Amino acid sequence: MRPVRTSVVTAAAAVAALTAVTGCADKSDAKADGAAGSIKVTATDSSCELSKNDFPAGHVKFDIENKGSKVTEVYLLFPDDRIVAERENIGPGLKQQLTAEVKAGSYEIACKPGMKGDGIRQKVTVTGGTAAKRNPALDTAVAEYRKYAQEQADETLPKVKVFTDAVRAGDLEAAKKAFAPSRLGWERTEPVAESFGDIDPKTDTREDGLEKGQKWTGWHRLEKSLWADGKIGQDEKDLATELDKDLADWQKRVGTAEITPTSMANGAKELLDEVATGKITGEEDRYSHTDLSDFKGNVEGAQKAYELLKPVAAKNDAALTTELDKQFGGLNTLLDKYRTDKTSYDFTSYDKVSEGDRKQLSDAVNALAEPLSKLAAAVTK
Amino acid sequence: MSDTTEATEPARSPSRRALLGWGGAGLALGAAAAGGTVAVVKGGGSDAVPAAESGAAVPFHGAHQAGIATAVQDRLHFAAFDVTTKDRAALVQLLKDWTAAAAAMAEGKTVGEGAYGGLAEAPPDDTGEALGLKPSRLTLTFGVGPSLFAKDRFGLESKRPEALVDIEQFPGDNLDPARSGGDLCVQACADDPQVAVHAIRNLARIGMGKVAIRWSQLGFGKTSSTTPDAQTPRNMMGFKDGTRNVDGTDTKALDEHVWVGAKDGSDWMTGGSYLVARRIRMHIETWDRTSLQEQEDVFGRDKGEGAPVGKAKERDEPFLKAMKPTAHVRLAHPDSNDGARILRRGYSFTDGTDGLGRLDAGLFFLAYQRDVRKGFLPIQRALARQDALNEYIQHVGSAIFAVPPGVRDKGDWWGRGLFG
Repeated sequence: MRPVRTSVVTAAAAVAALTAVTGCADKSDAKADGAAGSIKVTATDSSCELSKNDFPAGHVKFDIENKGSKVTEVYLLFPDDRIVAERENIGPGLKQQLTAEVKAGSYEIACKPGMKGDGIRQKVTVTGGTAAKRNPALDTAVAEYRKYAQEQADETLPKVKVFTDAVRAGDLEAAKKAFAPSRLGWERTEPVAESFGDIDPKTDTREDGLEKGQKWTGWHRLEKSLWADGKIGQDEKDLATELDKDLADWQKRVGTAEITPTSMANGAKELLDEVATGKITGEEDRYSHTDLSDFKGNVEGAQKAYELLKPVAAKNDAALTTELDKQFGGLNTLLDKYRTDKTSYDFTSYDKVSEGDRKQLSDAVNALAEPLSKLAAAVTK
Repeated sequence: MSDTTEATEPARSPSRRALLGWGGAGLALGAAAAGGTVAVVKGGGSDAVPAAESGAAVPFHGAHQAGIATAVQDRLHFAAFDVTTKDRAALVQLLKDWTAAAAAMAEGKTVGEGAYGGLAEAPPDDTGEALGLKPSRLTLTFGVGPSLFAKDRFGLESKRPEALVDIEQFPGDNLDPARSGGDLCVQACADDPQVAVHAIRNLARIGMGKVAIRWSQLGFGKTSSTTPDAQTPRNMMGFKDGTRNVDGTDTKALDEHVWVGAKDGSDWMTGGSYLVARRIRMHIETWDRTSLQEQEDVFGRDKGEGAPVGKAKERDEPFLKAMKPTAHVRLAHPDSNDGARILRRGYSFTDGTDGLGRLDAGLFFLAYQRDVRKGFLPIQRALARQDALNEYIQHVGSAIFAVPPGVRDKGDWWGRGLFG
């Protein structure tokens, strides 16, 4: 899908007060009125030491030194794991600077030796100015969802490689088989993926979604070759490699997505919107007819976001979560009718789904999406 | 379409009905005689203004549902719903929610907390396209289809009225299941199409998860009126339609032919009515190539004045034997059907053109009656068998609904007699 919106919706009320301007080394000459000198970050392969753990709000400068043997990176993170500022590719023995405009609140510093995993963490406190009120339960939900989005990307890349390897090998049947599974993780977290406006047009655009002069690349371009044309040429092999590259970019940037409780809730609704407008009509996977696999991915992603927000939403609007539990259950039960094995994503080909059955699926999507549109209000109350 | 309401008595003088009480709402509604303009008058007749201009509100509460004997508005959005929930309590709650929303919209108010000003992170309760528009005489009329009474659904089997029959397939019908039937229906009529569409859209939205729209139909250009003093409207074939429909102020005729009586069985339907809805597609292009003589023979009236064969004026008493045996008016006339009369409030429709470039147009027929077995069925059996009009029309959708009595007050709700 081409993104309709350019970024995931931001909960203005909850986050505006915390929004920090991500800075870079070239900003180091900016006014440093808030911070009393810079903060030293000493990173090794197994430690991440700070010269101080609390400092005043304002323009903050970190002097980073990598004393370890691995390339590292340093992040300043919100409590929900959203990135305030980051410095990547700090080689062994190198010094770098990281600057940021930071408002009062709780944060974490993470050093990532080898640039992998959650990193070595330190809590830091920024004082002064107006501190925004935070709901720890919502911070947890956002952090968990961020982790989920990253996991989905991490798990997707190897599955995409199975698909693209088959394309590069010219193995038509193997490529067809690997097509739908390669999309699942993307479909589950689509609103996050779409928040990077430049990736989605390269990976998930349909032919009719192309702008004038835009080169058609990505999954659906390959889908057409495999199913409609029934052949793999050099162009397709090159496109497969391009898809690998674009999705690696997605995997790398997923952690930087702007995610808030509201964007999670509305992202869940948007996943259902994807189903309602693209999958129900059979437009999404018009050559392969694997729409129901994407459909299931969208529903799973929406359900994940919902489940994470549910503890807060249930307190504010119990009737809503009762209804959502019921409607998620109803839609999942209905989808199960279209697969013989409930652990597999091998669904009935969508061109074999009758008009009447499509109407039933559409009704079930509406039944879920309408109350889901009220989730954001229930978590921001 | 079926000219079934030819009264045997001459049309009464306009002056008689300027100030008659109408329906059960206790509100005086009347048809202003001057220029045949329909008018709505609250509490008296001295300051009557044309209804379309007044944008007035029709009272929602009353002994009968508004939208039946109410002066026919200019526009229609009719929707049939499937009930998707199996939970009786959820359905009852929906009917209460629907009733509250309908009462608000009939007054020209928004649904729930309105269309703006609420939480920025959530969609508004009301969709907003009727903001700033007048009530436009919006009426919302609710009905229940036979399928809701099916065994193992909501325990309503024993409450199904005998008069709520399953309509048979008539010769020549080409019924599309996707345009037929429905567990529930809501008829929205208003003078402004946006007001009618807004009403159905918001009810459908409130109903999601409990009900789903099965089919719906937009209508324009009423094809019959319940205000005989007004100019008789024309259907898509260019003929006046509804010259002698049941008059919405004629309480005697309404009691006899439209409202379900206390002794008719099914107590919960007393004061209600039975509605038959038919989507009648017209073969417009072949009709337009038909000679004037044949067109007039088909109906049994002339095209300009609307006078019956051999007569000079529209409201002259028809002499049926002067018409061809297959003439539409002759076959549909009460005299040919043991006095059967129905109250029609159908609308013309056109849904653009079909894939062959033919106008997808016709009549969305809506008829209310006390008992379908004595109203629509005998008339339609006669028409389906012999009507010369059949060459130019085809029935493509069909549904029947039991329309309960009016919502009496704020504590009452659509279907309370059935579910309560």
